Amino acid sequence: MTTTPIADRTTSVAARATDLSKIYGQGETQVVALDRVSVEFRQAEFTAIMGPSGSGKSTLMHCVAGLDTFSSGSVRIGDTELGSLKDKQLTKLRRDKIGFIFQAFNLLPTLTALENITLPMDIAGRKPDKQWLESVIQMVGLKDRLSHRPSQLSGGQQQRVAVARALASRPDIIFGDEPTGNLDSRSGAEVLGFLRNSVRELGQTVVMVTHDPVAAAYADRVVFLADGRIVDEMYRPTADNVLDFMKQFDAKGRTS
Amino acid sequence: MFRTALRNVLAHKARLLMTVLAVMLGVAFVSGTLVFTNTISDTYQNSSAKGFDQVDVAVRPDYQESKGNKVGKTPELTQALLDRSARTPGAASAIGVVSGFTALADKDGKLIGGGFQSQGGNYWGAKDPRYPLVEGAAPRGAGQVAIDSETAKRAGYEVGDKIRMSIDGPVLSPTVTGIFTTDDGNVAAGGSLALFDTATAQKLFGKTGTYDEIDVKAAPGTSQTALRAALDKTLPAKLVETTTGKQLADDQAELISSQMGSFRQMLLVFAGIALFVGTFIIANTFTMLVAQRTKELALLRAVGASRRQVTRSVLIEAFVVGTVAGVTGLVAGIGIGAGMRSLMGALDATVPDGPLVVSGGTVATALAVGILITMLAAWLPGRRAAKIPPVAAMSSVHAQATAKSLVLRNTLGALFAGTGVAVVLWATTMNSSDGQAPMGIGAVLLIIGVFILTPLLSRPLIAAAAPVLRVFGTAGKLARQNSVRNPRRTAATASALMIGLTLITGMTVMAGSLQKSIDKMASAAIRADYIVSMANGHELSPDVDRKLDATDGVTTTSPLRNAPSRIDGETEYLTGVNGSAIGKLTDLKVDSGSFRVGGGQVVVDSDTAKSRDWTAGSTFTVHYEDGKAQQLTVSAVYEGNELIRGIMVDNRTLTPHLSDPADMQVLVKTADGASDATKDRLEKALGTNPAIKVQSKQDLSDDIAQMFTLILNMVYGLLAMAVLVAVLGVINTLAMSVFERSQEIGMLRAIGLDRKGVKRMVRLESLVISLFGGVLGIGLGVFFGWAAGELLGTKMATYELVLPWGRMALFLLGAAFVGVLAALWPARRAAKLNMLSAIKAE
Repeated sequence: MTTTPIADRTTSVAARATDLSKIYGQGETQVVALDRVSVEFRQAEFTAIMGPSGSGKSTLMHCVAGLDTFSSGSVRIGDTELGSLKDKQLTKLRRDKIGFIFQAFNLLPTLTALENITLPMDIAGRKPDKQWLESVIQMVGLKDRLSHRPSQLSGGQQQRVAVARALASRPDIIFGDEPTGNLDSRSGAEVLGFLRNSVRELGQTVVMVTHDPVAAAYADRVVFLADGRIVDEMYRPTADNVLDFMKQFDAKGRTS
Repeated sequence: MFRTALRNVLAHKARLLMTVLAVMLGVAFVSGTLVFTNTISDTYQNSSAKGFDQVDVAVRPDYQESKGNKVGKTPELTQALLDRSARTPGAASAIGVVSGFTALADKDGKLIGGGFQSQGGNYWGAKDPRYPLVEGAAPRGAGQVAIDSETAKRAGYEVGDKIRMSIDGPVLSPTVTGIFTTDDGNVAAGGSLALFDTATAQKLFGKTGTYDEIDVKAAPGTSQTALRAALDKTLPAKLVETTTGKQLADDQAELISSQMGSFRQMLLVFAGIALFVGTFIIANTFTMLVAQRTKELALLRAVGASRRQVTRSVLIEAFVVGTVAGVTGLVAGIGIGAGMRSLMGALDATVPDGPLVVSGGTVATALAVGILITMLAAWLPGRRAAKIPPVAAMSSVHAQATAKSLVLRNTLGALFAGTGVAVVLWATTMNSSDGQAPMGIGAVLLIIGVFILTPLLSRPLIAAAAPVLRVFGTAGKLARQNSVRNPRRTAATASALMIGLTLITGMTVMAGSLQKSIDKMASAAIRADYIVSMANGHELSPDVDRKLDATDGVTTTSPLRNAPSRIDGETEYLTGVNGSAIGKLTDLKVDSGSFRVGGGQVVVDSDTAKSRDWTAGSTFTVHYEDGKAQQLTVSAVYEGNELIRGIMVDNRTLTPHLSDPADMQVLVKTADGASDATKDRLEKALGTNPAIKVQSKQDLSDDIAQMFTLILNMVYGLLAMAVLVAVLGVINTLAMSVFERSQEIGMLRAIGLDRKGVKRMVRLESLVISLFGGVLGIGLGVFFGWAAGELLGTKMATYELVLPWGRMALFLLGAAFVGVLAALWPARRAAKLNMLSAIKAE
C-alpha cells in the first residue's frame, strides 16, 4: 500500500492519539479495547475508521472526541491535551471545538430544524455567524424545512440537520459515528457527499466510524482497526479496494 | 402471567418506589388515625369505667323543665335526701358529691391546664374511698385543700405548700394537706382536681347544705339494679333520677367514642385527600411503565396472551405494589399512632397511658385502602396496555404518541368547569345554610373540570413563563419545551400539587377574612378599655365588678350578667348591665328608639326584636327566676353582635330577683385608657387571680388571631401530607422524564451542555411544573375562599374579603421550593448519565 501525504503532516494535525490504551475491567475479566494506538487526523482531511465489530473503532473515536476516558497514552485536539482535562473543560472543548453526527440523528424533538442546528451555539451562548449558517443550510438543502420539527422530517433530512448542526459552529473537527447507519443508500450518499464537500470546499476535518465500504470510499483515508490495534491504512480508497481489503483481512483473521 | 407481573415489579423497583411511597403515606395516615383514635378512646373508656368504680347508683336532681311562666329549676339534693339514701335497704354507704370550677395557679401564678378541666370537689369524711391519699391527710376547714398527684407533680406542689386558687373571683390560698390519686377522666386528660372538706366545698361552690349528686354504694350481695329499684322507692321520684354505675360508665364510653368519632372523621378526610393525590401518581407511574414496555407487552400479545391477560398482568403488578404499600403503610401508621400520643403528651395535653390498640379493622382498612387505590389507579393504564397491537413488537417505534386529540377531553373539562363555576356563583346568592350543599357540589365539579383541563391550560400558562426562563438560556428553553411535551403527565403531576394548594389557600383566605370580620365586630362595638372574664368562660362573682369599680383610675364598669327568664312561655336569657354606664362602654348602632336602660326600660337587639315582633316602645311581661313578673318597655332596638346581644336590663331591676347572680364579663373603662400599668392595676385589684383574664381590645384581637392561627396551622399540618405526596409525584415524573430522555441528554452532553446545564434543565422543568400546579391551586383556592366568604359572610355585617397576599406569595415560593427539592435526585441522575450508552442507537 502506498502512502501519499496530502498535506504537511507536522503543522496541521487536527487531532492526534499517541499510545492510546483503553482497558475495561480487571484481572481475568480484563478487556483491552484499545492497545497503544497512535494515529493522527490531519486538517482538511476526511478519515474513515473501519474494522469489524469489537475492533475498538467506536472506542477510539469516543476517546479522541473527549466522550470517553482512556487508560493510558495521550490525546490532543489541536494543542489541547485531553487526558488532563476535567469534565467541565472537556464539555467546553466538545462544545467549542468538536462537532458530532450520530447514527440515530439525535435531534431534540421539541426544537425546530433551525433550532437544532444552532443548539451548540445556543448552549455556548454565542450568536451564530449568519453568513456561514446560511451557506451551511444552503449546502445541505434545508432552506425550506427550517421551521419543521424532526418528527416532520424524513430520516435523510434529519441527518442533514445533524450534519448542519455539526458544521454550523465551525468546529476544528467533526466526528461521525456510523452517520449513514440508519439511512437508505440514497440519503446516505447525500449525507456523505455533504461531508466530503465540507472537507474539500470548506477545509473541514472529518473523522467517521463506519463499517460500510461504500461510505468509506468517500473518505480521503481509511484507518483499519482490529483487536484494538491499527492494522493498516489506505489513501484515496474506493469501495472495491476497501471491500477487498476487508475480505482479505477477514480471511487472515479467520486463519490466524 | 403472575410470574411476568412479579418480575416486572422487581425490574422496576426504583421506579415503583415513589408509587409505593405515595400510597404508603396515605395508608400510614389512615391507619395512624385509626390506631391513635382507637387507642385514645379505649384508654379514656377504661379510665372512665374505673372512675365509676365507687358508684353503684348515682342519685341526681331531676331538672324541672321551664313551664309556662316558671323558669326551669334544679331541685336541691339536701342532707335529708342523702341520709335517706344511705338508710335505703341494700345500700352500704352514700357519699354526697359537690363539685365546681376551681382554678389552680402554679408557682408562677399561671393557670394550670387550659382552665376547661380545672375541677374542684369535696373530700368525703375522714377517708374518701374515691380518692386514696398517697401523702398527707384529708383537708379540714376553709384553709386546707388536697390536690391530685398529677397536678402536684406537674406544678411541683408538696404537702405543706400554700396554693393559690380561685373559684369564681376571689383568690384563696389554702395549704395543701394531702395529695391523692384519681381515675377522674378530666385529670387523665390534663386537668386538675382540688378537694376541700364537704362543708367548705359546699360554701365555696355556693351550695350550702346541698349536693350535686349522691353516690350510693351497694351492700355486698345487692346488685346495682336492685339498689336502684330500692332507691327509686324511697326517694321522691319528682325530685331525683337514679342511674346505675354501669349505665354511667356506658354513657360516658359512648360519649367518648362519639367525640372521638368526629375527630377521627376529620383526620380521615385529610388522609383521603392525601390518598386522592396519591392516585394521580400511581396512574402516572403505570401509564409510563406501560408506555415503556409497549414492545414487551406487544410481544406477549404476539406470542398469544389475550388482552385480558395483559390487563391482568398490569393489575397484578398494581396489586403487588398496593400490598407492599399497604403493609408498610400500616407499620408506619402504627408508628404514627404511637408518635402522635407522645407528641400530644409533649404538647401538655396529657393523654392517659394504655396499650396501643391495633384492631383487626385497622389492619383490614389499611390493606384494603392500599390495594384498592393502587389497582383502581392502574386500571386505565392497564386497559391501555391491552390495546397495544401485537405488531408493535416488531416496529421500532416505542412510547405511544401522546399528541392524541384533546378535543373531547377539553370539551368535557370545559363543561365540568363551567357548570362548577356557575353552581358556585349561584350558591353565593343563597343564604348560608341553603347554599352549602350547592357550593360543595359546584366546587367538586369545578375541581374535576380543572383536572380534565390541566393539559390544555398547561400550554398557555407555561408559555407565560417563557420570558423568565429565557434568562437561563438553552437550559431554560429546553425545560419549558420538555414540560409541555407530555401535557397529560405534566397535568397529572401539577394537579397533585394543585389539590393541596387549593385547600390551603382556600382555608387561608376564609380564615383571614373571618378573623378580620370578627375582629372588627369586637372592636367596633366596644368602647370599654378592658374586658374581664373567666379563663374558661365560666361565670364571675359580682364581687369582681365591685372590686373593679372601686379600683383607682376606673371611671365606669358594667357586668354582663346572665339570667334566665320566661317571656310568653319561652325561655329568654336577659343580660343585666349597669344601665347608666352601658352606653359609655359600648358603641352599638341603634336602629330605632333612644338607647336607655334603667327601671322598666330595656334595649333589645334587632334579631330578638324581629323574632318577637317588637319595636321601640313595645312592652312585654317578663317572669324572673324567682317567679315574680314585671312589665318592661323596649326603649331601643340595637344591632347586636357576637359579643353583645339580647335583652339588656338594668341590674338594679334584675339582680333583686336572682338567687345567685353571676356575670359573664365585666366591661371596664378607665381614665387613662388601656396601658400596661392600667392592666397591672386591674389585675392587682383582683388579687392577681390565675383564673381571671383582663383583656384590652388588642388582647381580644390577639386572642382571636391566635385561635385562627392555631386552626390554620393544624390544617396546614394535615394538608402537608397531601403536599408531600405531591412532591413524590413530581420526583417520579422527573425521574421518568430523565429516563425517557436519556438519549437526548446524552446528546446534549456530547455537543457541549455541561453537567450544570443538564441539572439546571431538569430543575427548571420541575420548577415549571410545580409553579404551574401552584398557580392553579392558589387561583382556585382564592376563588373558593371568596365564594365561601360570600356564603358565610351574609351572616356577618362586618364581613369583608381579605386576600393574604403575603401568604399567597409564600405558598408560591413553597411550590417553587417543592420543585427544586423534587428535582434534586432526578437532576443528579441526569447529570451523571453515561453519555456513551445514552447516545448509542437502539
